[in-house]
Amino acid sequence: MKHVIEGSHAISEAVKLARVDVVSGYPITPQTHIIEAISEYCANGEMKAKFIPVESEHSAMAAVVGAASTGVRTFTATSSHGLALMHEMLHWAAGARLPIVLGEVNRALGPGWNIWMDQSDSLAQRDTGWIQLYCENGQEAMDTTLFAFRLAELVNLPVMVVIDAFFVSHTFEPVAIPEQEHVDDFLPPYEPRIALDPDNPFALFQMAPPNVYMEMRQSIHRAMEHTLDIYHEVENEFDAVFHRRYGMIEEINCENADIILVTTGSATSTARQVQMDMEKQGERFGILKIKTFRPFPGKAICNALQKAKKVAVLDRNFSFGSGGIFAQEVKGALQVLSQGPVVFNYIAGLGGRDITPDIISEVYLKTRDRDLPPCGSEWLGTSPRDEN
Amino acid sequence: MQTLNISDVDFAEPGNMSCPGCGASIAMNLALKALGQDTILVIPACCWAIIAGPYPMSSLKVPILHTAFPSAAVTASGVRAGLDMKGDTKTTVVAWAGDGGSFDIGIQSLSGAAERNDDIIFVCYDNEAYMNTGVQRSSSTPYGSRTTTTPGQGWKKTRKKNMIEIMAAHGVSYAATANIAYPEDLIRKFKKARELKGGTRFIHVYATCTTGWGAPSEYAVKIARLATRCNLFPLYEVEDGITYTLNEKGDTPVDAYLNLQGRFKHLSLEDKAGIQNQVDKDFAVLKNKLSVC
Ligand SMILES: Cc1ncc(C[n+]2csc(CCOP(=O)(O)OP(=O)(O)O)c2C)c(N)n1
Ligand SMILES: [Mg+2]
Repeated sequence: MKHVIEGSHAISEAVKLARVDVVSGYPITPQTHIIEAISEYCANGEMKAKFIPVESEHSAMAAVVGAASTGVRTFTATSSHGLALMHEMLHWAAGARLPIVLGEVNRALGPGWNIWMDQSDSLAQRDTGWIQLYCENGQEAMDTTLFAFRLAELVNLPVMVVIDAFFVSHTFEPVAIPEQEHVDDFLPPYEPRIALDPDNPFALFQMAPPNVYMEMRQSIHRAMEHTLDIYHEVENEFDAVFHRRYGMIEEINCENADIILVTTGSATSTARQVQMDMEKQGERFGILKIKTFRPFPGKAICNALQKAKKVAVLDRNFSFGSGGIFAQEVKGALQVLSQGPVVFNYIAGLGGRDITPDIISEVYLKTRDRDLPPCGSEWLGTSPRDEN
Repeated sequence: MQTLNISDVDFAEPGNMSCPGCGASIAMNLALKALGQDTILVIPACCWAIIAGPYPMSSLKVPILHTAFPSAAVTASGVRAGLDMKGDTKTTVVAWAGDGGSFDIGIQSLSGAAERNDDIIFVCYDNEAYMNTGVQRSSSTPYGSRTTTTPGQGWKKTRKKNMIEIMAAHGVSYAATANIAYPEDLIRKFKKARELKGGTRFIHVYATCTTGWGAPSEYAVKIARLATRCNLFPLYEVEDGITYTLNEKGDTPVDAYLNLQGRFKHLSLEDKAGIQNQVDKDFAVLKNKLSVC
């Protein structure tokens, strides 16, 4: 049955349905609703779990690292400065190969304080060894959270479920909330690979000298590659129970397109409308939505884009001194083609600015009307430069 | 010769990576005798992260979860929560951190766990500096010490943070100081802490580092004993933040303690008199708390 709920609560509901054992939480806008709802479920007995109201996000991640090391299912959520503060423990969780699921609401970082949509927070955690899955709407947030537990426990890597600040987190939408028995069919009880146990003492996550460290790192890399291999299969399992799937990427009219727009998150929904309008006008316009940022499905992306003449990557994030982060990754993936499409990179919607249909149209037209991209990325919708 | 009434069952292997005369190693050996097999240790970055051994070895016979430097207490809270969900009530979860991991970078997490009254024992083994990284000052380093970040004339001019009072002020059921030179007292306190399950318990263990303090390794226990005999490190217990019990009364001048250690070598007679004065005042304050109850 569909319920009208906000995106944050789609994640909270999924955490409840996933029968998570230990949840830690620390408030930060726009994530707070996720952990508030979970703490309520724990308080009123709807959820049989321990909720630890920690004193910082660094501790939020440390708490679930501790709990997951006993072999139970764990969750926490954060955003922006909270994720930045967690950074050390994100490395710890991935290096420890713990299948923790993190709800992450994309928000800008200060200064100045800005609580609105921006992907810089999660993308700055690119190299921590976390799987990152980006969601377009409330339903996808719900489904991806359930999916994340299964995936994490299969590959022994932590998973970040990422939603847009406000556009998804605070937007009420009809969301199909699955029945508990269906969730139980899809997500069996967690069977940990390792668990702390005084009857079988061993040391976990201890000093790893040069003779062993590199192999440990390589095993994380292999787990990421394995994730690419089994993703489709896990989606089949999900689809069999819930009749929905998203793919690591979604191709919208890519087969027939000269120009493909690459999007992520809720901006994809806006782009879908513009794409339909443009297609009606005879434009050969496609969209590639990227859901999985880590592991990066480079091969699949390359296949989807290779026939296009031009690719326009819309980045709601920026790597100072370089460019949009998805654009860098897409360019990297296309390197294997001898004559691939040219890649344009547009920056828009930072710090909560809207990505309107007009901006999407502008991206399309600017790409269509030029043969080659300028050097570097192009910022859209910013006011003229103040020369002082 | 007096024989100590201490169990000869060990949960520490005879060999480990510590320096000769390591007080922290003695502290662990004694603590585990009291805590027993049903213990899970959480160890952040500190000397003990090394002493416990590199992958795939372990110098202890109980499980160890290594965690990041700031996070000993809350990682232990997480372990406790996981065990609770599994219905394991018999295991004691112990965070084992150095003074840096307790007084400094670890204090936020420790204070958080204590305020939530998470069911863990937090042990600070105190060697009064960041020893793992080569003897840098911490907020536990006492007035007068030279360390590698308080060198020469820049020796430490501020006092050691009063950690047990901070922890007692959280109102935890049990906060106690202990000393490797008083093994029976130490073991009794760890047993008591283990028994008082249900909330946060804090034990502050004085643990000589002869390497960092500039003393011969055979003086490790002697120096530790003098710290208590001189009332520099009084042995006492605080229950519920209210009831104070003093376990040892010192009567020795601080010179006896200071003169054995290179880290205090530069101090003038006047400096030492100042330290004695401060120790006397602090001890008077502590004695006042005893008379309150
Ligand atoms: C966030 C972070 N900062 C710094 C370090 C480096 N570091 C490792 S151990 C240590 C000092 C530990 O001192 P203490 O807690 O007193 O334990 P000890 O080494 O003296 O036993 C430091 C600074 C680290 N591991 N993590
Ligand atoms: Mg120390």
